[in-house]
Amino acid sequence: MSEIILNIVGVNKRFGGLQALTDVGVKIAKGQIYGLIGPNGAGKTTFFNVITGLYQPDTGTFELDGKPYSPSAPHAVAKAGIARTFQNIRLFGEMSALENVMVGRHVRTRQGVFGAIFRHKAARQEEAAIRARAQELLDFVGIGQYAERTARFLSYGDQRRLEIARALATEPKLLALDEPAAGMNATEKVALRELLVKIQRAGITILLIEHDVKLMMGLCDRISVLEYGKLIAEGLPAEIQKNQAVIDAYLGGAH
Amino acid sequence: MALLTFDTAHKPRQAYTSMAVLLAVMLVFPFVAAQFGNSWVRILDMALLYIMLALGLNIVVGFAGLLDLGYIAFFAVGAYLTGLFASPQFAALLESVVNYHPELQDAIVRTFGEDVRTNGIHLSVWAIVPLAALVAALFGALLGAPTLKLRGDYLAIVTLGFGEIIRIFMNNLNDPINFTNGPQGINLIDPIRIFGVSLAGEAGSRATVYIGGFGMPSVNAYYFLFLLLCMVSIFVTSRLQHSRLGRAWVAIREDEIAAKAMGINTRNVKLLAFSMGASFGGVAGAMFAAFQGFVSPESFALTESIAVLAMVVLGGIGHIPGVVMGGVLLAALPEVLRHVVEPAQQALFGKVVIEAEVLRQLLYGLAMVLIMLNRPAGLWPSPRKEDRPAAALAKDEKEESKA
Repeated sequence: MSEIILNIVGVNKRFGGLQALTDVGVKIAKGQIYGLIGPNGAGKTTFFNVITGLYQPDTGTFELDGKPYSPSAPHAVAKAGIARTFQNIRLFGEMSALENVMVGRHVRTRQGVFGAIFRHKAARQEEAAIRARAQELLDFVGIGQYAERTARFLSYGDQRRLEIARALATEPKLLALDEPAAGMNATEKVALRELLVKIQRAGITILLIEHDVKLMMGLCDRISVLEYGKLIAEGLPAEIQKNQAVIDAYLGGAH
Repeated sequence: MALLTFDTAHKPRQAYTSMAVLLAVMLVFPFVAAQFGNSWVRILDMALLYIMLALGLNIVVGFAGLLDLGYIAFFAVGAYLTGLFASPQFAALLESVVNYHPELQDAIVRTFGEDVRTNGIHLSVWAIVPLAALVAALFGALLGAPTLKLRGDYLAIVTLGFGEIIRIFMNNLNDPINFTNGPQGINLIDPIRIFGVSLAGEAGSRATVYIGGFGMPSVNAYYFLFLLLCMVSIFVTSRLQHSRLGRAWVAIREDEIAAKAMGINTRNVKLLAFSMGASFGGVAGAMFAAFQGFVSPESFALTESIAVLAMVVLGGIGHIPGVVMGGVLLAALPEVLRHVVEPAQQALFGKVVIEAEVLRQLLYGLAMVLIMLNRPAGLWPSPRKEDRPAAALAKDEKEESKA
């Protein structure tokens, strides 16, 4: 196996009486598209929220690109190099598409109050660079022409793309997408798939949660399957497809 | 608002022309108004202070979306700071200390000289303004820190409480150490003195300020100072709005969780919003104290916080020209009403049928209801030309290129 970008071992998370995650871990190689599937309520999004710092895990070790990171706060995780999107799109609705992506540059830029008020040379240059990079990313995901449009007036598919562009703006080593194809029609799914492959080619590793098993099978390099907060299978898509435990989990087997 | 536009990004020429015209009007205005009596200019002076307050609150409420109902506390902090360090009040403070901590008094007298014991401290405006901004900013962060996890209604309730706490402190901090002189307030606050020119006018000049050979009423001098400060405030807040920091504030307002996930340290950025907003309040408070020459806790009641919030919301939350307009309308109109309504009724009916104060409350409430019903985003909300259909946009651009 090539170089490991994300290595997570032994995550436990309990909400009161509910053990949401039991000893879950993933190991993702650089440049892969890694899938995480499972029936509703299996704990996929919980796991996502744990690795991106939104929930605090009870136990677990976390390593990104060979360095341990602590998922104690979402902004620290973003700085470490994991960017995410949300299952139910969370854009900055009243801002323009371009501004949304510009916010993503926040963590990689540094001008503060002084630079904002006096706009000295370094501040102007940084601002111009932020703007240029944001436009570049909008073009990259294919909505460059809507840069000035208010985010909440974009079509659903474009909002998804905008969220991905905003996440890419943080210069992530790992892009974590929570059900990016949810609510998309067949054509939009094909386009999304092309976009994900394009991102992969740009050298960014992708962790993907998705319901659409068909989409996942063709797209992912490796897949993990969660059920009731436990990992029940891990492997190549072809292996997963044949795995009896997975089939049981999805179709309701011998319980 | 077709006549005036302040959209420097999209229509720079029109925007700068509008600003120049407005500035010219503002510069001439006090001289015209003074013909009808100094009280008119005084109204304007107060309106300008309220604009500063509204601009500061706009950072917290408009940009960062943190509903603050105790904003007037920072105005109070600035005003009382001036009261303490630019009036004889410090002598009273020393007198009250002497029984409890004589060694403290000795230390203070040794540092500032024997004069402090009788005259108090009289800092110059150059020290007072930064100090007021700084201390108010500190209070902003201090009061902001416990509210970081709160939003919306809950945040409003807590900030309302903080606002009241500050006022009650001002009311009671005259014992055991006399900081604020309690409900009686602090009197004899120094007028502002810039390069040796007192803006209240020298003794015996009948409140006329002479700069070179040119004389004008004291209220006019203050008007120009406050106008300058307002312009600085507008400049600073609009620069902040269109910066990395301003975007982070708006991002927090729009979706705090997404903002966090995008790497914004929401704790720091929110505290910065609180303290930046508060610093404007502090400077406005310092100006208020020097202008009035007197401060008392009554000036910082909850109704004042609400009035400033109403200026922001009615004018156009988050939109600087709108906020300024809201400030002018809500600060000046009631006063204008007071000057106009009663004489008008005298002339019409020969007696006063409805008192101005009653009418003021009535119109204030009515305006509030009507505006919120018909223009929920405020009288002059931020333009979002992208929302319009593409055809209208294209037409707009064509017209611009022709112009």
